Amino acid sequence: MSFFFAALKRELLLVFRHRSDIINPLAFFLMVAVLFPLGVSPDPSFLSEVASGVIWVAALLACLLSVDSIFRSDFQDGSLEQMLISAESLWLIVTAKVITHWLVSGFFLALISPLVGMMFFLPEQGYFSLIVSLLLGTPTLSLMGAIGSALTVGLRKGGVLISLLVLPLYIPVLIFGAGTVQAGVMGLPIQGYLALLAAILVFSLMLAPVAIVAALKISVRS
Amino acid sequence: MKISMPRWFYQLASPRWFYEFTGKLLPWFGIATLVLLSVGTIWGLVFAPADYQQGNSFRIIYVHVPSSILAQSCYMLMAVAGAIGLIWKMKMAHIVAQACAPIGASIAIMSLATGAIWGKPTWGAWWVWDARLTAMLVLLFLYIGVIALQAAFENKASADKASAILSLVGLVNIPIIKYSVEWWNTLHQPATFTVTEKPAMPPEMWIPLLIMVLGFYCFFAVILMGRARVELLEREKRSDWVKQLIAKY
Repeated sequence: MSFFFAALKRELLLVFRHRSDIINPLAFFLMVAVLFPLGVSPDPSFLSEVASGVIWVAALLACLLSVDSIFRSDFQDGSLEQMLISAESLWLIVTAKVITHWLVSGFFLALISPLVGMMFFLPEQGYFSLIVSLLLGTPTLSLMGAIGSALTVGLRKGGVLISLLVLPLYIPVLIFGAGTVQAGVMGLPIQGYLALLAAILVFSLMLAPVAIVAALKISVRS
Repeated sequence: MKISMPRWFYQLASPRWFYEFTGKLLPWFGIATLVLLSVGTIWGLVFAPADYQQGNSFRIIYVHVPSSILAQSCYMLMAVAGAIGLIWKMKMAHIVAQACAPIGASIAIMSLATGAIWGKPTWGAWWVWDARLTAMLVLLFLYIGVIALQAAFENKASADKASAILSLVGLVNIPIIKYSVEWWNTLHQPATFTVTEKPAMPPEMWIPLLIMVLGFYCFFAVILMGRARVELLEREKRSDWVKQLIAKY
């Protein structure tokens, strides 16, 4: 366990030394959200109707873009190779990396999501469900995204490829996440949605690290 | 614990044995495909009775349903072959998985296209955000992801293993995607489209459909074996038996 915390500390330290890594996904999230009123319509009734979907899509894209680099710097400077041959479990290192990625992208996204909600005239009763659904849904996005990132880390052209691999897998989270917010706005119970989001999270927490470790081994050896 | 697999399982792993074995199978599957597809098509298009609600437009079912079923089975086969390749380090399984991806993608496109053509007269729209249509579209996206990943690697062995992992991840996700899409659809769908209740099909309608499904599976087997054989020759071109084989022509 102490090894896990040491790995987590290393990842967090690396992130806080590159503070732009924290700001960039958030700025991207805000910009994508701003495109919708500009591109479609600034009408408040329209915006409040699409708010849940737009915020979730923007969060999903922000997560997708930032997950691309989760293993890249370690791969390029060779530390990933050292992690692979070390006696410690790669599973723990991978989990620490994914948790760090979630803290930097999903967690902060959930915290600033009320700001975007306000800009989209989200009805008051929807804020709680918005924050909770993002908190429960974005860790799954980080886990699934890390699979794609691990598969493509050795390749020169990462960007578009990882979206092709990962976006279809994001669909259930998007459906249930946006569904939570919509149920919250309408004053319906949201526990069922949250339970499903939590179930998907637990499921991917069990299986995704296995796939990530296997993918990293392939990427490093090739 | 040691699990011993039957002998034919290991024999399949040998490229040469696979090549010779499929060479013997191919003509039989080819004949079966020809017979089943022509009998099914003629029976379905000419002799089967017209639907009492949809008239003759329902006859596209004889292409649409087999291709939809096949698109899903093909993904299953691709993922299982990939898993066999990862677990038993079997080159042949990876070759089969690689051959599956483009075939499956084309069949999924065929299923979507025939669905759209059928939807226009029946629902009045080329595309409806119906759960089954959307799930098929996502399946096509999963195929595209696997194909893109295969193409991105220069090293064949890494491409095989990486796409095997991706197709397994996709296989685990397919039921989740399917049910989430179904639920999303029932929540959002305005009650404008009610798909005409399927009447219990009379045998004159479903027997040709069954023949078409079997014919599609045989057709798939022919294409799959053909693609796998070509890929196998390409990969094994340095081995002696391939050189001797080519020298004969």
